[in-house]
Amino acid sequence: MKIVVLVKEVPDTYGDRVLDLETGLADRAASDRVLDEINERAIEVALSYADVHEGTEVVVLSMAPEESVATIRKALAIGAGSAVQVTDSALIGADLTVTAEVLAAALERIGFDLVIGGNLSTDGSGGVLPAMIAERLGVPQLTSLAHVEIGDGVVAGTRASDGGTADVRADLPAVISVTEALPDARFANLKGIMAAKKKPFETLSLTDLGVTIDVAASPQIILTEVGKKPPRGAGVKIVDEGDGGARLAAFLLENKLA
Amino acid sequence: MTDFAPDSILVVLDVTPSGVLSSSSAGLLGAAAEVGTPVALVVAESARQEALAADAAALGAAHVLLATADASQLTVPTVDAVATAAALVEPDAVLFPNSIEGRDAAGRFAARSRRAIAVDAIGIARDERGILAHHSVYGGAYTSTSAPTFGAAVITVRQGAVDARATAQPLATTVLEVAPSGTRAATIDSFQEAEATSSRPELRGAAKVVAGGRGLGSQEQFALVEQLADALGAAVGASRAAVDAGYVPYSHQVGQTGVSVSPQLYVALGISGAIQHRAGMQTAKTIVAINKDADAPIFEIADFGVVGDVFTIVPQVIETLAAEEK
Ligand SMILES: Cc1cc2nc3c(=O)[nH]c(=O)nc-3n(C[C@H](O)[C@H](O)[C@H](O)COP(=O)(O)OP(=O)(O)OC[C@H]3O[C@@H](n4cnc5c(N)ncnc54)[C@H](O)[C@@H]3O)c2cc1C
Ligand SMILES: Nc1ncnc2c1ncn2[C@@H]1O[C@H](COP(=O)(O)O)[C@@H](O)[C@H]1O
Repeated sequence: MKIVVLVKEVPDTYGDRVLDLETGLADRAASDRVLDEINERAIEVALSYADVHEGTEVVVLSMAPEESVATIRKALAIGAGSAVQVTDSALIGADLTVTAEVLAAALERIGFDLVIGGNLSTDGSGGVLPAMIAERLGVPQLTSLAHVEIGDGVVAGTRASDGGTADVRADLPAVISVTEALPDARFANLKGIMAAKKKPFETLSLTDLGVTIDVAASPQIILTEVGKKPPRGAGVKIVDEGDGGARLAAFLLENKLA
Repeated sequence: MTDFAPDSILVVLDVTPSGVLSSSSAGLLGAAAEVGTPVALVVAESARQEALAADAAALGAAHVLLATADASQLTVPTVDAVATAAALVEPDAVLFPNSIEGRDAAGRFAARSRRAIAVDAIGIARDERGILAHHSVYGGAYTSTSAPTFGAAVITVRQGAVDARATAQPLATTVLEVAPSGTRAATIDSFQEAEATSSRPELRGAAKVVAGGRGLGSQEQFALVEQLADALGAAVGASRAAVDAGYVPYSHQVGQTGVSVSPQLYVALGISGAIQHRAGMQTAKTIVAINKDADAPIFEIADFGVVGDVFTIVPQVIETLAAEEK
């Protein structure tokens, strides 16, 4: 069984995140960069299967700028067996279409039985890549799984959507995405960090993948405007001295909110 | 054959498992009507089609395209129907709700038809070059506008974000013959519908939201949040910590990885106001917070904050409001 986990480096949501108002690109220097938490959970799904199924290969794949090496290595330190990073200056500011094309091409080259992604990235919040990649690869997709069971030639799970919960299943090869209902990843301990340094780490360019980005042939999404909202200020803060509830009710009534 | 208006916007509506149009439909058709002629696509079993078409027309669809699909197959049958509809209508844009179903279908359709895709729009506009999408990014800290380099884009629209409503249209329908693409799909084995929610408003798009956090302490005590919500006619929200602790289902989570809301009033009870929570609610018009920690970050963005215990303050709010009503 070969499982490829799609991982992404994102600006740490615990800090301020900054967009360049000229380019619309994330200001990489302004924030700490981390492995997206949801991708750690995706890695854990793969590792907990590998724990009890000898011969399982867990590969992490990321399309990311060169500087993201350390973040991708963290996935190796947690326990993935090898990493593939697609990096190319032509990919700066890539939209979802380009990202899906590149990741699908990389997946075809790597080979896979199962691809696991996060349901939503914390920076793009697109939540469409797993489905886009599945369409390009011609395989089924099971997205937003809150529970995953990997079996013999099949993957199943529960998918929580707005209307309710569905039990879903697909024959492998397939693409799935997981939600934060799944457990967080195990820790990258010192042994893991040391071992990560020796694990295979492949870097691929667009040429290596045989992908050309032809802006005339395939439409992309571009940002035409980016603006910053003024930060929100604080208003009144009172300390409850027995009448806090009454004063809050008065505030709501005064402002016609109750 | 029917001619479709040159400014047609194809709107793919979600149908709930119980066979009615999803609540996202009114906003989607409202958004489409502001920039063109809304043509709705409804994929549902034949027995429900007539009623659904009438509902879509009442919400502003100038034309309703109907298709049946194998309901045991995930996403692919819908995408096949969208592809057929798009070839027929040649729309200026294809809109989907930014729901889980909508995102999957939008993603697959964009990849298949080689169209550009913009996600989680909070509004749609048109300029001389075509259709634009407005977004709120990084938890509402930034706004952006996106457009395709050429062609008609696929756009997913955040549920509850569009207030515009279209005027009702006379019913005009076309039943589509959809040739299955044969793309491999996942299978839906069974479905458990979410418990019929009470009379409370839906979180997405609600005018008022009362949300509770870890400070509520237990599932039983979380009832306090529901009581205040009912007193105000508000929807119920929660922090991730409250969801993780099992006080409420995930569908109530507000924040970075939950629902984003922009209500008139947001009341945060026992919520610290972590940056990821604020990302989902800081665009609310008025924010009220009760927290016993005077240094809780939620107070940095609250219009009215009370430092104190939710278990004494909230009952007093409810009592005072009830007394006022008499
Ligand atoms: C990638 C990522 C995504 C995330 N996404 C989300 C998200 O979508 N939504 C979200 O909410 N969080 C999210 N989080 C988690 C977030 O960082 C916080 O952990 C979470 O919001 C905390 O929830 P809380 O405020 O209920 O709990 P706490 O931070 O524990 O706060 C509880 C508060 O209750 C107060 N309190 C306790 N008892 C009382 C009482 N009797 N009366 C009054 N006040 C009381 C305390 O003073 C405290 O401030 C995310 C984190 C990460 C890393
Ligand atoms: N550049 C990328 N490289 C690898 N995986 C990615 C990339 N972007 C997104 N993904 C995967 O797709 C998931 C959903 O991302 P998104 O569609 O951006 O919300 C992420 O959690 C990742 O698993």
